[in-house]
Amino acid sequence: MRIPKRLTSPVGITALVGIALLAFLALAGQSLWGVSAEATSVADRLAGPSAAHPFGTDALGRDILARVLVGARLSILLTLGATVISVVGGVVLGLIPAISVRPVRRLITGFIDLLLAFPWLLLALFFSAIWGASAVGAMLAIGLAGAPTFARLSYTLASSVMGRDYVRAARIVGVGPLGILGRHVLPNTFAPLLVNAAVQASTTLLSFAALSFLGLGVQSPEYDWGRLLREGITRIYVNPFAAIGPGIAIVLTGIILSLSSELFTDQARSRPVSLPARSAKRVIEAATRAVKPTRIGGAGDPALVVDAADLRVSFPDQNGGMVERVHGIDFTIEPGEIVGIVGESGSGKSVTSMAIAGLIEHPGKVDAGRLLFDDIDMGEGLTKAHSDRLGVEMAMIFQDPLTSLNPALTIGRQLTEVTEVHQKMSRAESNKRAVAALESVGITDAERRLGQYPHQFSGGMRQRAMIGMALMGSPRLIIADEPTTALDMTVQRQVVKVLRDAQRLTGAAILFISHDIALVSGICDRVVVMKDGLVVEVVDARHLERDAKHPYTKALIACVPHMATDRTRPLPVIGHLDPIAETSPAS
Amino acid sequence: MTIPSSATTNATPGAALSGPPSVRRGDRRGAPRLSPRISFLFRRVGRLAVSLALVIVGTFLIIHLVPGDPVRGALGPSASPELVARTRTELGLDLPVIEQFFNYIAGLLRGDFGVSLQTHRPVADTLVSRIPATVTLAVAAFIVAALTALPIGIATAISARSGRRRLLNLAASALLGLLIVVPNFLVAVALISVFSISLGILPAAGWGSLENSILPVIALAVGPMAYLARIVHVEMDRVLDATYMTTARSKRLPGRLVYLRHALPNILTATLTIGGLLLTGLVAATVLIETIFAIPGLGTTIVSAITTKDYPAIQGVVLVYAVMVLGVNLLIDLILVTVDPRSSILEG
Repeated sequence: MRIPKRLTSPVGITALVGIALLAFLALAGQSLWGVSAEATSVADRLAGPSAAHPFGTDALGRDILARVLVGARLSILLTLGATVISVVGGVVLGLIPAISVRPVRRLITGFIDLLLAFPWLLLALFFSAIWGASAVGAMLAIGLAGAPTFARLSYTLASSVMGRDYVRAARIVGVGPLGILGRHVLPNTFAPLLVNAAVQASTTLLSFAALSFLGLGVQSPEYDWGRLLREGITRIYVNPFAAIGPGIAIVLTGIILSLSSELFTDQARSRPVSLPARSAKRVIEAATRAVKPTRIGGAGDPALVVDAADLRVSFPDQNGGMVERVHGIDFTIEPGEIVGIVGESGSGKSVTSMAIAGLIEHPGKVDAGRLLFDDIDMGEGLTKAHSDRLGVEMAMIFQDPLTSLNPALTIGRQLTEVTEVHQKMSRAESNKRAVAALESVGITDAERRLGQYPHQFSGGMRQRAMIGMALMGSPRLIIADEPTTALDMTVQRQVVKVLRDAQRLTGAAILFISHDIALVSGICDRVVVMKDGLVVEVVDARHLERDAKHPYTKALIACVPHMATDRTRPLPVIGHLDPIAETSPAS
Repeated sequence: MTIPSSATTNATPGAALSGPPSVRRGDRRGAPRLSPRISFLFRRVGRLAVSLALVIVGTFLIIHLVPGDPVRGALGPSASPELVARTRTELGLDLPVIEQFFNYIAGLLRGDFGVSLQTHRPVADTLVSRIPATVTLAVAAFIVAALTALPIGIATAISARSGRRRLLNLAASALLGLLIVVPNFLVAVALISVFSISLGILPAAGWGSLENSILPVIALAVGPMAYLARIVHVEMDRVLDATYMTTARSKRLPGRLVYLRHALPNILTATLTIGGLLLTGLVAATVLIETIFAIPGLGTTIVSAITTKDYPAIQGVVLVYAVMVLGVNLLIDLILVTVDPRSSILEG
């Protein structure tokens, strides 16, 4: 049998070694150090750290290190006991509502929610008041205090399993609730419950230490780490290690237990705790391995709005390397021109547009022989003056109007900030302009609309508000990245019309990105066909069908059904085309 | 083909506004026409009432759930049978349980929490004198935690995305992770050993002056701060990936506006929700901190009450803690519906 990778990862090995160590301490600690942990010596009492007693001695001259090692047994056993109570109690409490009728379910989940509102320590104190200050009482108290968390978890897991099709099917054929629990719910919830049980064990250990520390857990003459800490802190001025020693044991064991949850995790860890750190690390490695930008520079044609030469964009892949997604394309847009980029998903058309806008963020990387917007070099660090110009002269419209407007800000705020920031316009002036902008994209009652939030707008209206946002400045280029894809047919046409009106009003050039060649050819002057990060063909939109030479372009055109399409036959499908082989003779 | 609803609203923009969204929602559910906020408020207050009722029953039951004779347990084996009988009568334990319950509630309504078995003083007096320290401690720690977690979380998120300062990012992440794992009573021990013993600049125990409160507040705030900073970091990371942040960057707004105006409001809901949980956790965590720093608050009261089986005192303190927790939860929910008009908690 192959050893699972999670057992051989650094974390897995640490956890395994740690657990072995804890098990050893729990089993053999008493017989190895039990004698020195109990040996009293009046001469050595309250001694500080020394070679013979690394953590010093306590009030009776007993070696504190030995007591910490022996105390491991009680700490670990009580932790396990309380964890079992939490898990079993929680699973029972969580599974009952999952298979119950609605009123019972609501009652029990309501009760679980109520308990969850209280911090564990408060629940533990409540239960510990009932059973009194003793080791067993504290175990019951902590176990029960942890149960609501598990109840909520197992209820959520169970109800998601209960909702699956095969469980519904089993119910229809007459499998009873207990049969469903045993055959479907428990096997499917076991793994996540195990992971969380390990995390719970870590919390339980700390909780136990806390209760014993308060004097509500293990009572003298018995001792666990919490008890030792309690005794140590009274003498912290004399010997800090009397408190720090047991403290270290508690923290290390807590870390081992929470790491051990990794052993049960099948896929990449889902807890947010160290995910950011991890992905950030991978990203950084990728970036350092990437090639330095090679800048050829050189002046472009001053009459062009966009002038890009040998534009390359790459992103990191899974293994930390960089993958080039756009392979050195040349691209120009003239003032007032409407250029369409068509291509299938993954052809690099959106990435190209983001690169032209200078919005590719780390860890993505843009390399270009030349990348100019008007006379601004987008490859260099932008000055404040350049930013101000770009802010008013270049605008972007995205595919999904539901996500491209900020849900937390009013439409007005999002429109007026463009002119306020870049043109130092006053609030009132910007507002006036925003009203005009909304009106010119066909939004009536604009003044009131400005005070509303995006969620009060319909999808088509949001997209028009985005176009209105472009009209706040004096746009020279509007980049529209699949602006109509997320909208239904009727609204699509309105948005396209508004976009063309905006172009006529301002004389801005438009870069229109779409996978719909029919739509693009209807709007644009020029169509750029992209596939696999390369430009395969640039065609005049008016003579698209006549001039298209590349098989991929022809295939795209053939896929569009029209009035004369034979509806008895299936629509054509684009098969596999090798872009390199197909393009090389043309270029 | 039916005309899509968004198309009709586009044709006549005013149509969508013929009534507030709440009315439409009310229609859909066939419920009476209440604004979502009002109906949320009703449901929320209803839940509070149920919670409060259960808490009162719970605290009442403490003394009845104790195995064996609670009075004998409290007074010890050496107490005379007459004393035990007299105390039982004083506590009203010889009455039928239902009658005891009504007496308990009547007492609570009068502000009478019973008399302590240890000090023979009214529990209410003890509570009143002990509440300020606990509340001050919890609120101060929460403010410190929240005020430091926000900038730290935002800074680490932005820094991690920039791809620079790799070591610093890793160190910050590791430090936050460690602070989350180490329990506050150990943080307190570490702080005392450094600042009180080694450096000798801050007192290790006591209450009443600003100096006295520095170490307890830090010890209490560090864990929640690290946790909240993580949440802010993760939330910020999620928000920075959103398309509307690309929109904000495409407007070439200065970084300050991009992060503070466009990103910050969008992480508030999650941050506040977690913040509320942390604040309730802080209320309970004061028990440990008060014990370590010898602060005369509710925590030291309940620990000694549980140790000495002083049931009236236990009942009083548990009730006060529970009410604080419920109050914090209510407050957070009210803040959430106020700052986030689309908050999902409005839905049910």
